[in-house]
Amino acid sequence: MRIHRLKDFYTGLLFLFFGASAMALATGYQIGNAAKMGPGYFPFALGALLAALGIILLIRSLREAKEPKERPSFQVKPLALVLSSVVLFGLVLRPLGLLGSTVLLVLLSSMGSHEFRMKEALWNAAVLVLIVFVVFVCFLEFQVPFWPLFLARRT
Amino acid sequence: MELLSNLALGFQTAVSPLNLLYCLVGTLIGTLIGVLPGIGPVQTIAILLPTTFGLPPVSALIMLAGIYYGAQYGGSTTSILVNVPGEASSVVTCLDGHQMARQGRAGAALTIAALGSFFAGSFATLILAVLAVPLSELAFKFGPPEYFSLMVFGLIGSIVLASGSLIKAVGMIILGLLLGMIGTDVTSGAQRFVFGISELADGIGFVSLAMGLFGICDIVNSLEKREKRDILKGRLTGLWLSRGELKESAPAVLRGTLCGSLLGILPGGGAILASFTAYMLEKKISPQPDSFGKGNIRGVAAPESANNAAAQTSFVPLLTLGIPPNVVLAMMAGAMMIHGIQPGPRVISSNPALFWGVIASMWVGNAILVLLNLPLVGVWVRLLSVPYRLLYPAILLFCCIGLYSVNNNTFDISLTALCGLLGYVFYKLECEPAPLILGFILGPMMEENLRRGMLHSRGDPSVFFTRPLSLAFLLMAAAMLVIVALPAIRRGREKAFQEE
Repeated sequence: MRIHRLKDFYTGLLFLFFGASAMALATGYQIGNAAKMGPGYFPFALGALLAALGIILLIRSLREAKEPKERPSFQVKPLALVLSSVVLFGLVLRPLGLLGSTVLLVLLSSMGSHEFRMKEALWNAAVLVLIVFVVFVCFLEFQVPFWPLFLARRT
Repeated sequence: MELLSNLALGFQTAVSPLNLLYCLVGTLIGTLIGVLPGIGPVQTIAILLPTTFGLPPVSALIMLAGIYYGAQYGGSTTSILVNVPGEASSVVTCLDGHQMARQGRAGAALTIAALGSFFAGSFATLILAVLAVPLSELAFKFGPPEYFSLMVFGLIGSIVLASGSLIKAVGMIILGLLLGMIGTDVTSGAQRFVFGISELADGIGFVSLAMGLFGICDIVNSLEKREKRDILKGRLTGLWLSRGELKESAPAVLRGTLCGSLLGILPGGGAILASFTAYMLEKKISPQPDSFGKGNIRGVAAPESANNAAAQTSFVPLLTLGIPPNVVLAMMAGAMMIHGIQPGPRVISSNPALFWGVIASMWVGNAILVLLNLPLVGVWVRLLSVPYRLLYPAILLFCCIGLYSVNNNTFDISLTALCGLLGYVFYKLECEPAPLILGFILGPMMEENLRRGMLHSRGDPSVFFTRPLSLAFLLMAAAMLVIVALPAIRRGREKAFQEE
């Protein structure tokens, strides 16, 4: 057995996984019957449908494909940097204030570009901090302090 | 005339200084993001949604609607001048619009795009006003089975728009429906799929999901592609159309408008589908089909009118039936719910000022766009010279700040990153996220109507097939599935999407 359509294969696995987990979790809720559906009824049915579609895709992926085998290609760097900059922003927003989190987000995410230059990114961060200050702090009265906690305490 | 008094009420609301201001802001932002490739109305509405919390709901909706149709104007500017579609719905405008620009007729192309859009916008606003009352009255006759079948119809309709495999699109819908189940079940109060995370008790935030799947995922993909843009350096001379050009494009504008108005109302339709169809239609009925793609003004006039008309008529199903026909309108539905308005037939009667105000503001906004846009073309073009490497950190930043202000918690930000990862995986596997979002929005409503319908019929599913309206929706949905699955049409669809 050989897998000819990798994208179909992975999608099938994904659907099967989500469908099967939905079914498994739904059995933990009350299923009820068709006339009086419990909270588990609809999710269970949907999960079954999704799992079935996943199986169809898996079977189909074994079929000979016309186009040459295409491996989904991906680059780790932009993905990792952009996603981690977002998560980091959430983590440091309260301790470091808008100022610190903005600078960190801009610098870290900028590194995801193949044209990254530190000096330019620093300028960009400075401009964006200014915009954030004017728009979100002055106008929209954002809920989070602008300055980092350790600076705010001193003053 | 009831229609006139309704419209009068609408204009009264729309031209109040505050609403006029937000209409202006919305259309300006819409044009701006329409001009910039890589950020569309979906992401923008998601980003700006939290900032509208403090506004009265009318002003908020007026601004958000302005973003949608404003983006249609802005998208054409980029298509014509840079040959990069600023918006997915302006893809076909590139074909003839950019050729016109190369021949030194950029001014004429921009003018016809703006005038065509304005005509289409005015016409579509009128259609919306005329259809709204009868349709919402029809909707009052709907019981749970009709609503359920209508939603099935709407969801199947969204497949038509998704490119690629049918099975994948259906799977994405179901996945969206399942994601919509997360949180507290309305009927029984049971917590579903929350994994003990208290932030999930209210469900996944719509903004997080949309921003992750569209906003963040788009950024990562653009970074991988390393796109380069070349900007047309020529100066813009002469925005006026010649008499011949006007005569040639007027019927195309009319056809595009009709085509777009119709496709906008259908579920799964909207600006993208409308512009493609209008272009194809124009090419088919033209005596010289060869001249398309070489700077034929009709190839600009028709799709530009169609996308704007469709952008506006797609509000019809949302405001009258409560069913969003495409992703942008799903965002609008989300926005309405956040503001405490349940989209549906009740909006007209319970909130007439809001309903008619939003409709009237569309006409006002279209007028603003024509007046502002042509003089501002130079500014928009200069904006395009801001390199993407400076732009995307800014987009990310505004996304994050917006996300935090939805619920004032940082959990949503991490959740968005997770959705971004999921969106990236989907993109690599060629699964379209649009059906998922629609499923997510409709999921809870669908389940509720299914449960109620089955409760009334005591567990007999035939109720969905014996009530005429419900049966009609299901038949239409089945017909649509068959049509999409037919090999001939499938090939045509693939071809249309490849031209992007």
